[in-house]
Amino acid sequence: MSALAVNLNRRLREGAGSAWFPYLLVAPLALVLWGYVVQPMLATFVESVSEDGTANYAVFFSSSGVARASLFTSLFISLASVLLCGVVGVGMAFLLKRFAFPGRRLIEAFILVPAALPPLIGAIAFQLLYSDIGILPRALQQLFGAERPVLAFDDIAGVLVVHTFTMYPFFYLAASAALAGMDPSVEEAAYNLGAGRLRVWRTVLLPMLTPAMVSASLLVFMTSLASYTAPLLFGVSQTMTMQIYINRTNGDLPMASTYASVLGIVSILFLLLMRWYEGRRSYRSQSKGVAHQRREILNPFGRWLALAASILATLVLLAPVATIALVAFSEDGSWTSEVIPSAYTVENFITIFTDPKSLQPILNSVQMSLIATVGCVVIGVLIAYAVRRLNFRGRALLDMAVMISWALPGTVVAINLISAFSTGSTFSLGQALIGTFWIIPLAYFVRFLPMVFRSSSAALAVVDPTLEEAARNLGASWWRAFRTITLRLMLPGVIVGALLAFVHGVGEFVASVLIYTSSTVPISVAINNRMYSFELGTAAAYGMLQIVLIFVVMWFSSRLENGGRQAEQWTN
Amino acid sequence: MIDVKLRSVSKRFSRGGDAAAVDDVSLTIAAGEFFTLLGPSGCGKTTTLRMVAGFAFPTAGQIHFGDQDVTRLAPNKRDAGMVFQNYALFPHMTVAQNVAYGLKVRKIGRAASAERIEQALAQVHLAGYGTRRIDQLSGGQQQRVALARALVIRPRILLLDEPLSNLDAKLREETRSEIRRIQREAGTTALYVTHDQAEAMAMSDRIAVMYGGKVQQVGTPHEVYHRPANAFVARFIGRSNVLELPVAEASADGLELRLPSGARIGIGAPEGHGLKSGDTALVSARPEQVRLAGPTADGALPGKVTGIEFTGMATNLTVDVAGDELMVSVVDAPDGIKIDDQVGLLLAPHRLWVVKP
Ligand SMILES: Nc1ncnc2c1ncn2[C@@H]1O[C@H](COP(=O)(O)OP(=O)(O)O)[C@@H](O)[C@H]1O
Ligand SMILES: [Mg+2]
Repeated sequence: MSALAVNLNRRLREGAGSAWFPYLLVAPLALVLWGYVVQPMLATFVESVSEDGTANYAVFFSSSGVARASLFTSLFISLASVLLCGVVGVGMAFLLKRFAFPGRRLIEAFILVPAALPPLIGAIAFQLLYSDIGILPRALQQLFGAERPVLAFDDIAGVLVVHTFTMYPFFYLAASAALAGMDPSVEEAAYNLGAGRLRVWRTVLLPMLTPAMVSASLLVFMTSLASYTAPLLFGVSQTMTMQIYINRTNGDLPMASTYASVLGIVSILFLLLMRWYEGRRSYRSQSKGVAHQRREILNPFGRWLALAASILATLVLLAPVATIALVAFSEDGSWTSEVIPSAYTVENFITIFTDPKSLQPILNSVQMSLIATVGCVVIGVLIAYAVRRLNFRGRALLDMAVMISWALPGTVVAINLISAFSTGSTFSLGQALIGTFWIIPLAYFVRFLPMVFRSSSAALAVVDPTLEEAARNLGASWWRAFRTITLRLMLPGVIVGALLAFVHGVGEFVASVLIYTSSTVPISVAINNRMYSFELGTAAAYGMLQIVLIFVVMWFSSRLENGGRQAEQWTN
Repeated sequence: MIDVKLRSVSKRFSRGGDAAAVDDVSLTIAAGEFFTLLGPSGCGKTTTLRMVAGFAFPTAGQIHFGDQDVTRLAPNKRDAGMVFQNYALFPHMTVAQNVAYGLKVRKIGRAASAERIEQALAQVHLAGYGTRRIDQLSGGQQQRVALARALVIRPRILLLDEPLSNLDAKLREETRSEIRRIQREAGTTALYVTHDQAEAMAMSDRIAVMYGGKVQQVGTPHEVYHRPANAFVARFIGRSNVLELPVAEASADGLELRLPSGARIGIGAPEGHGLKSGDTALVSARPEQVRLAGPTADGALPGKVTGIEFTGMATNLTVDVAGDELMVSVVDAPDGIKIDDQVGLLLAPHRLWVVKP
């Protein structure tokens, strides 16, 4: 027995050579993914059929009723979001990548700002801007002396505004990359053969953009399907995510689980579809030739028009952040029917930091997110290493499990954890986790593990595997070689992933709102509660802190990533 | 100094199809010897080297360092210094830190370690480069750091996988004699992998020519060049005409072959050649050992010039002899020789060598 232990210990230290070493490393990782991602999903399904068998699922097939309507509304919103984001994103990409005009750089600098906002505070910003209590409709109302706010977006239209602003980057980034990778001579050949501009568009450009567009469509569709805050704020209660929330708060866990199972399965199907499509897609050889020349707009009138439009677009892009900033400095209750708040103060920020009860959510969020981030880093880095570097049976499954946790909507993750951990389980050391502190860090871990995994994996991809072999050859044990060489070199990527996970944890709302307890209220739930009690100023102040954190981290990450490309610049 | 033995080593990859990447390879590398694995790309050289280094384990067979069976020993326990094709220098460390890595692992004291690093860098002519970052070095310098890093741990065997392939042609020739000098000075047994036969010939004590995962021949550069074991080796090492000639008479150590002209030619053959009268023998004739003569010269094979290539040192001709294209390399080609000229080719019997198919 002890001989076996000694042998095992020795193998672990020497490692990596023997055929079964990978399994030694992978087994705990697989166990974590099984315990906290896959098994909870199954628990939700079991929960959904626990009371009435499959009767819960039958409601989706009955022609009337909430379930079916919710499914269809969700699908409709997702489809409409894809179309809107597609038009805006591709349009922006063409405009910014193919034309040179005054103000272009201004737009480019801010183009990703709306999408960077945390989901709740982003949705609130759009509500405060464009809904019937919003600044713009009220300003127009006053301007035209109308009885009601003009051009107010509500209900589904409001949701679509939020989705368009926050999700068009999927299309914008995909189309920009595709345009950048496109060989200009192909397009020129078409012109050379006598095709008109419209024809070139239709027959050359769009088909070449298709793969990128399909991927972006699937992404937007999935993200829209998972969207919870926008329907919540704009009062669209008949969506899948809202029904999960409503059923859960009404105490009908089996029904909530039914919705969660359906939404989970649809999300995973989309994930599979996406993977299949990307695997099937042939990579055309992209010429490394000259980049596309931007077409200069020369007409003076056109230039003025372009400048004006650019400034307007920039204002629109910055408006959400500006609105939150403005409201953050307004006195609570000072904004009723005016266009903008009437009284200003810095009291909100002071209260947040001096009143222990107001400070608590910040402390909670930071603490819970930190814990989750540590977990994400340990597990995410090791999974990335295992998937990229080790040879073992079930590698694809491990990869898939991480991707599932990426594909699952936050709402579904929360329900899964509720189903799995409302009573003790092996994976919670026999304790019930619901109602305890640990459930939220766990949810963050499940939700943001894929971020650390992805950026670690990307970082690992550019670390030459022979470096680790060289270290081993020089006498280092596997662990030492991993620590001093591989991990060391992937560090920039790991840090970026960790920061991303941390920031998302601090901004998390969707899962938190289903599982928080009175002593673990995170910032976003605090914001939501303040909104309900019309303390807009305080809510926005919290939001402003989240936004500042995000921009600081984004700035820092971009420096790190640029530096990472020439690792030695900052490693020594 | 130790010798290294490979005993019937085979390697099959789980995803490598039926064919073995390395197929029943047995080699003995003598202590202090500079031994080269030579063969075309994909013949299994790297796989063999990696099994010696411990990065891959043989499917069958054993590997011994001296008396020690290292077949399944972890790479970090082998004391085998490796120079990688891409050098695999740690980009986040300085030159000295790179060289120090193996010493640190071995817990060599600071002072002793500093001295050994200095020595190693001096040996590769990089004294004073210790504080440089890796990206501040040229390719040739990086190559030498990799060599110093592998040698400083005083390895039992030095392994080199195409270490010169990333250098330009001129530097390659300089570096190969450098490597040989350093290996001699260090007195280390070396296993060297290359696909470049000129490099192998110039550097090695002995060469194992590999093809399709199998060792085709082991011998000194002179042996593999002048007495190739088979047609593959004859064609792969240098250039060679492999002629098919009918056997008129066979004895234990010699053959009488019939030339296309009808003349007979007697040559030596390795023992156990197994040929008998009426068989067809494969005969290797190096282009530089075929002589050019007039079309009607005594005993010459008549042919027609189909190609001329002047390289400066020599003139390479292709000559059509009764439908076979023969390569001929002559130092003093007759002035004015041109395509379609009729010539005669003289084969010197002692320069012909019977090879296996
Ligand atoms: N990890 C591997 N998995 C599957 N096949 C491999 C692997 N490594 C090498 N091979 C195959 O083994 C054969 C020998 O490869 P290698 O030893 O790298 O050849 P060389 O170094 O002589 O060019 C090749 O056919 C190669 O495709
Ligand atoms: Mg090789």
